[in-house]
Amino acid sequence: MSKGVEEKEPMFSLKNMKLLWGPLNRNNPVIVQILGICSALAVTAKLKPAFVMAVSVTVVTAFSNLIMSCLRKGIPNRIRIIVQLVVIATLVILVDQVLKAYVYDVSKQLSVFVGLIITNCIIMGRVEAFALGNKPWPSFLDGIGNGLGYGLILIVVAIVRELFGSGTLWGYQIIPQWLYEQGYVNNSLMLLPPMALIIVGVIIWIHRSKNRDLIEK
Amino acid sequence: MKPTFSKGGRLGFLHSTFDAFETFLFVPNTVTKKGSHIRDVNDLKRTMIVVIIALIPALLFGMYNVGYQHFAAVADPVSQAMWLKCWWYGFVRMLPMIIVSYVVGLGIEFAVAQKRGEEVNEGFLVTGLLVPMIMPIDIPLWILALAVAFAVVFGKEVFGGTGMNVFNPALLARAFVFFAYTPKISGEHVWVRGVTKGGEYVDGFSGATPLGYITDSVSSGAATLDFGGTTPMDWFWGFIPGSIGEVSTFCILIGAVILIWTGVASWRTMVSVFAGGLVMGLIFNLVGGNAYMEMPAYYHWLLGGFAFGAVFMATDPVTSSQTNVGKVITGLIIGMLAVLIRVVNPGYPEGMMLSILFVNALSPLVDYYVVQANVRRRNKRLKTAKQ
Repeated sequence: MSKGVEEKEPMFSLKNMKLLWGPLNRNNPVIVQILGICSALAVTAKLKPAFVMAVSVTVVTAFSNLIMSCLRKGIPNRIRIIVQLVVIATLVILVDQVLKAYVYDVSKQLSVFVGLIITNCIIMGRVEAFALGNKPWPSFLDGIGNGLGYGLILIVVAIVRELFGSGTLWGYQIIPQWLYEQGYVNNSLMLLPPMALIIVGVIIWIHRSKNRDLIEK
Repeated sequence: MKPTFSKGGRLGFLHSTFDAFETFLFVPNTVTKKGSHIRDVNDLKRTMIVVIIALIPALLFGMYNVGYQHFAAVADPVSQAMWLKCWWYGFVRMLPMIIVSYVVGLGIEFAVAQKRGEEVNEGFLVTGLLVPMIMPIDIPLWILALAVAFAVVFGKEVFGGTGMNVFNPALLARAFVFFAYTPKISGEHVWVRGVTKGGEYVDGFSGATPLGYITDSVSSGAATLDFGGTTPMDWFWGFIPGSIGEVSTFCILIGAVILIWTGVASWRTMVSVFAGGLVMGLIFNLVGGNAYMEMPAYYHWLLGGFAFGAVFMATDPVTSSQTNVGKVITGLIIGMLAVLIRVVNPGYPEGMMLSILFVNALSPLVDYYVVQANVRRRNKRLKTAKQ
């Protein structure tokens, strides 16, 4: 951290935009870095909780990155994990309270998984890997980007699972009634977490075949 | 005709498909030229055909039993006595299932092989027949198609095709239906044809399998088991409702003799699966507790899919253990787990499918330790020889 000449960067420079949009595709936390899988399996049986979860994680990641980046010069290296935990836990509790106040039914469905946002590897990973070494604004963008990248996968998985598992989307019936009368049955395997794992696997499959350079040797 | 389908020919993009039919109909004239190879008349196709032949007794009886149970359900003793009519009834109901299974499965296999430019493998020949045989006769065809597609894509192609799969694809198809469309593969209405749609049971006839009856009587806490009026002799010959291929232990044993005689399947696996089931049954006999636990242990051999799983599923050369010691160990675990699931978990009346799938995942580990033990033993011998 030399206090030399610091170049003034425009707020939405190309580099910053890359921080924001990169995690949506080539640097996705779920399908490329394979982080945050557990909650992706747990909350994606329906679209609504998945959406709320995605928003919550985005908020927590963004602000924990922002706060930690602001504090990064004042924290001794040895106790940084504890400070990170305090910051993230505070944010998670705030999110939990807001959810309870405004969307109580969804908060009840998400139950313990809101509290478990704190253990989501994405948040800790981004704070450790990015926010501690970068300025507040890029860190904030990086947090939003990773939250959105996580949310994107969550929502795709949730759409597939709710559509084929319950025949609905956001609670509204999509698959027409006459199809049920013809003998169509909902696929209850979709409501079980293993199917979410398979769907994530399929997404990774498609994504890798579009980006061949990401395939591990 | 061949040049048309070779690379660069007019229909060159179909060369995998052409190659598959050519080698299926004629003996290929290419031989391996490099390295040392064991030349044998047994190639993959020959092996698969033997398994198909071994399946035929169980398949034919299964078709007959479909008709037999149907006429019992609608109280038509005259037709029930005419065995050809029963068999024809079952054959007509069963044929679409077999066709759907082969068309969907082979379609995916051909498409994938074509895309990768590989030869089409014969692995699906057996799977395609096994899948309809372990389904209830009343399964809707679209569910069957979906299950086959799931099993072939996620059970096989993802791992790299025939010979690379971790799990038995046929059982995977059944597990898919079991968890995705539970009402279509459990309960008492799916095992007999013609009673879910329109038809009515006569009084005193229920389509539940003996295992279904047992589970019911255990959960209701009865002192003696209710077998639904069937006897162990019925279970042995196969006059009970159930999945098409699994009902007759006798016909499955004919298949087992064919498989062992030709050396296609391992007798070690079969014997140890049966032994494992018996041992677990005897342990339950010792423990006691409820009527199911005190049931004679060998009943487990005759009930449900135990024999079918032991003979045709557990011996799958790809997913089972590769070492001889490993085959015995995994076989014992399969038998014991199957009986354990049946007796202890009332949610799953039949434990054979889950236990084989579980042990499929376990067998590479068992193999690893067997090989390591052998390496250690030989190292030790080397050391003593040096001294």
